Amino acid sequence: MKLQKATRCALFAVLELASDPQRQLSATEIADKYSLSSNHLAKVLRDLGRAGLVESVRGAGGGYRFSGNAKRATLFDVIKIFEDIDADCLINPEPGDDTDIGQALCMAMQEIDSIARGTLMSITIQTLLKSIHWNRERLPQAETETP
Amino acid sequence: MFERYGGRNGRFFLIAERDQKFIGFIIGEVRAWEFGSPPCGWIFALGVDPDVRLGGVASRLFESICGKFSEIGVDMVRTMLPVDDHLNMSFFRSQGMKGGPFIQLEKHLTDG
Repeated sequence: MKLQKATRCALFAVLELASDPQRQLSATEIADKYSLSSNHLAKVLRDLGRAGLVESVRGAGGGYRFSGNAKRATLFDVIKIFEDIDADCLINPEPGDDTDIGQALCMAMQEIDSIARGTLMSITIQTLLKSIHWNRERLPQAETETP
Repeated sequence: MFERYGGRNGRFFLIAERDQKFIGFIIGEVRAWEFGSPPCGWIFALGVDPDVRLGGVASRLFESICGKFSEIGVDMVRTMLPVDDHLNMSFFRSQGMKGGPFIQLEKHLTDG
C-alpha cells in the first residue's frame, strides 16, 4: 500500500504533535524533522485543522498542536482526508470492470481493501504511539527516533 | 458457559466485579491451532458494562487472562474478530496485539 505524499505528511504531523499534545510546533520544525516540504506541510496542516485534528496557535511561540482525541482518532481518520478510499470498482467502475475477469479482479481488490480498511480503522493515534515504545522494548538494540 | 470454561484444562472464564457488582468478563483457552501452529492462548469473548467502559476494566481482564496463559507455558495470545468490529479490534490493538501470520478463509458450502 503506497500512500500519497500529502497523506504521509499528515500522518507524520498528527503523530508528532499527538506525542506531546501540550507542545506547539511550527510547520518548519515538523518538516525539518521528517524531511518534508514545509510549503506542502503547511497546506496539509490547514486541511488537518479543518478536520479538527490540529489547531494553530497564534503569537510568540505559536505553531500547531494536536487537538483531536488520540484514544478515538484512527489512522483511517487521517488518511481519508487525503485519499479517495471509497474508490472501488463498484462505485467508480473503470473500463473492463463489467467483464467476467474484471469482476473477479474486483472481488480480489475488495478483499484487500476490506482488510486494509479494518486495520486502519482499528489503529488509534494513541495505539500507534504506544507501539513505538513496544518496539523499543522488544528491540532495545534498534536505533529508533523519538517522535 | 462458566462451568465449561471456569478454569479447567486450560480454559478460563474470568469476571470483573466492582462493589460486588458484575461489570465485565473475558473467556479464553489454550489450544493448538491448524496447520501445525503450536498451542497458544485464544480469547474468544470479552464484554464490559457500557457504564464503566474506558475505565481500564477490559485491560485488567486481558492482563489477567494473559497471566493465566503464561502460567500454563504458552507465549502467544491470539483472537479472531470480524474485520468490521473496529471497537474490539481497537481494544486488542491497544493491548499490543497486531495482525499475525494466519488469515481466515471461508466458502459457502452451496458454492460450486
